Amino acid sequence: MNKNTIGILSLFILIFGFTWYSNENFVNGYNMTNLVKWSSLYAIMGIGVAFVIITGGIDLSIGSVIGLVASLLALAIEKEWDPTLSVVLLLGLSIVIGLMHGLLITKVKLQPFVVTLCGLLFYRGISRWLTDNQTMQFPNTENLDSFFSGKLLIFGKFALASPFFFLIIIAVMAAFFLNRTIWGRYLLALGNNEDGARYSGIQTDRLKITAYVICSFLAGVSGLLFAYELDSVQPAQTGEFYELYAIAAAVLGGCSLRGGQGAIFGVIIAAAVIRILRNSINLVGISTHLEFSIIGLVILGGVTADEIIKRIVAKRRTSQINATKN
Amino acid sequence: MPDIRPLLKATAIGKQFPGVRALHNVDLTLFQGEVLSLVGENGAGKSTMMKILAGIHVPNKGVIELDGNEVEITTVREAQKHGIALIHQELNLCDNLDIAANIFLGNEPHSGGVIDRNRMHKESEQYLKRVGLEFSTETLIADLTIGHQQLVEISKALSVNARIIIMDEPTSSLSQKESEKLFEVIRDLKNQGISIIYISHRLGEVMELSDRVSVLRDGENAGELVGDEITHDAMVKLMVGRDLSQFYNRTSTTLGEVVLEVEKLRSPSYPNDEISFSVRSGEIVGIAGLVGAGRTELLQTIFGVTPAVGGTMKLKGEKLMPNNTLDAINSGVVLAPEDRKRHGLVLEMSVSENTSLARLRRDQKVGMINFNSEAELVEKTIDSLNIKTPNSAQVVQYLSGGNQQKVVLGKWLSMNPSLLLLDEPTRGIDIGSKQEIYKLMENLAASGVAVIFVSSEMEEILGMADRVLVMHEGVITGELSREQLDEEAIMQLATGKQAAA
Repeated sequence: MNKNTIGILSLFILIFGFTWYSNENFVNGYNMTNLVKWSSLYAIMGIGVAFVIITGGIDLSIGSVIGLVASLLALAIEKEWDPTLSVVLLLGLSIVIGLMHGLLITKVKLQPFVVTLCGLLFYRGISRWLTDNQTMQFPNTENLDSFFSGKLLIFGKFALASPFFFLIIIAVMAAFFLNRTIWGRYLLALGNNEDGARYSGIQTDRLKITAYVICSFLAGVSGLLFAYELDSVQPAQTGEFYELYAIAAAVLGGCSLRGGQGAIFGVIIAAAVIRILRNSINLVGISTHLEFSIIGLVILGGVTADEIIKRIVAKRRTSQINATKN
Repeated sequence: MPDIRPLLKATAIGKQFPGVRALHNVDLTLFQGEVLSLVGENGAGKSTMMKILAGIHVPNKGVIELDGNEVEITTVREAQKHGIALIHQELNLCDNLDIAANIFLGNEPHSGGVIDRNRMHKESEQYLKRVGLEFSTETLIADLTIGHQQLVEISKALSVNARIIIMDEPTSSLSQKESEKLFEVIRDLKNQGISIIYISHRLGEVMELSDRVSVLRDGENAGELVGDEITHDAMVKLMVGRDLSQFYNRTSTTLGEVVLEVEKLRSPSYPNDEISFSVRSGEIVGIAGLVGAGRTELLQTIFGVTPAVGGTMKLKGEKLMPNNTLDAINSGVVLAPEDRKRHGLVLEMSVSENTSLARLRRDQKVGMINFNSEAELVEKTIDSLNIKTPNSAQVVQYLSGGNQQKVVLGKWLSMNPSLLLLDEPTRGIDIGSKQEIYKLMENLAASGVAVIFVSSEMEEILGMADRVLVMHEGVITGELSREQLDEEAIMQLATGKQAAA
């Protein structure tokens, strides 16, 4: 486990402990069930954007992709399309979206910020237009319902919801990809030094495109999970700002926006930290109007502490090297 | 003649960077109105020394005296206040601003924040006159040639009343004519009582200009030459620290079949120029030329970084037309690039990860990294190339230049290349590692690898190449066999004179 992950884990324990101490309802089965579920949803988005951030890029369109996928799913069900087929098509669509982002960034050489900012606006507009901006209710679709929003009772009132199991599978695959496969290694190399990677025979464009595809695909998966979780879709709002939570989780979890760094486990814990903070503000009795401010401050504090620790480590390392040389 | 009391005296200067001892006990003396040249190989510490005088680096040790008084120079502004200005090899001008704005950048005459444009232009004219630049002060920098831009830099130094102007490789991208113009200006400045510290690799220029030459080697003083003592051989001897014959011991090898055949190749940087040549197994071919002659671009095209726009290449008789670096590597062509930190390495990754980066693909098990063979490879590479690192997990940016270059070479040797391309293979590398890298080139050639290296160091070209191709503005202007090699012949071709047919 790297230093950054230890840091974020400590932060998690601190906030968890503090909230528990302030309000013991925090750990009741119902609240915990929700907490795990929502943390998982955030973490899935966070893992997606982590891949993009590792390449040194950014994806601002996640929330709008979630909104689009959720809206289209509602629309498809309303039009009595086969739900399973619709789900498959929507996942396909999210892959195509990622592919488009990747191609625009690598082949047309547009900046990731610009491409995905346009995506953010475009997909949101499309969602509202196709649905006439009407809130859509989800009728029951049986099998898919339990697949995407089922619950497995563990004990008492504590249950693990579908998003948690999705997260476990996705996290294991992502961590394996990043740490065990040659492409994971290439991705880290690319993020640190794109030219250096290219000069070593790594096909950097393909790899970057893959990162955007993974990100949009996981946004698509999140869209389906959110839709089933909420049982209704508001085309103007569903998923709004979620890209920022995802990016916050990735950054707090140890991904540097400069690229080349990232740990999946850290992102998951960071997503949980952000979710607990929201919960904690309610439970501790702080004005919910301060919610964003507090989340912002905690993230700022976290990355500042991380940066300071990194600098101290680097300094110590330099002086050690110099000491051995003289 | 120079004054008796030195204008500037630096004593026992020491500077340490992470992983590198850049300077150790270096002394430097400069008199008023003289041209002092500082020579030494890449990595000898010349630039570091100058950056210390100019306030960019702060030394860990040593004393600097100006006019006999001890001074501390910790910022560029302080250096300027003392009358010291450094003109970098890469010019630091803003293309989008005019001459006057550049001369006064950061020093604008103003009243209450509003720039006094009249005064700025009027004073700029004075400075331009002193360096003999006949342009309106409203000319945009972007519209000037490099040579003229250099003169603007000098004007800028004059505008802060510099008494000492340091020039770091000022002629590296100038044409012959522009260089001569610059020398004139330098002599003029000298007559105006300004002292010049001149850094250059071109020993001919150094001989022409200098009153005194100070030689650095491996971050230490190697010696000083005055007046008639300043000869090419004397400088080289001090720079290298031994006679050249000992340093390069390339003995002719037996040549095998043709490995690389390049015919009418056109690279995207020089789409109208055709290049043809061939290299045989066991041969070491040097490519000489001035900066910007298209040497790096040629290697990059062979390696697939910038795919060719025309012509053909054959590797061992098979067509070689790489569209990307992976194509080239798979065919057996590898490149150790000029800019090690940007292109050769992933600086923030470990020695181990850098060494195995190319080989991973070959050793993979259905996409998974084969950690055992990786560890084995890294172990073997560190051992056989004598890479000095605490362990294989060390982040590569903390290694010295020589060891970094060995990591790059180790990465490529693991791919068993049939053609090894080296772009400035010993730039910024200490003498010891340099020798090891030459040895390695020899051994690889002996084992049948074809080696092409680009070098701006004349000694290296003369010492290592079996055959030399000289380039100028995108074309090969001549080919010299080992017997025909001499500095003069190379310089002639490098400056564009075609070889006599």
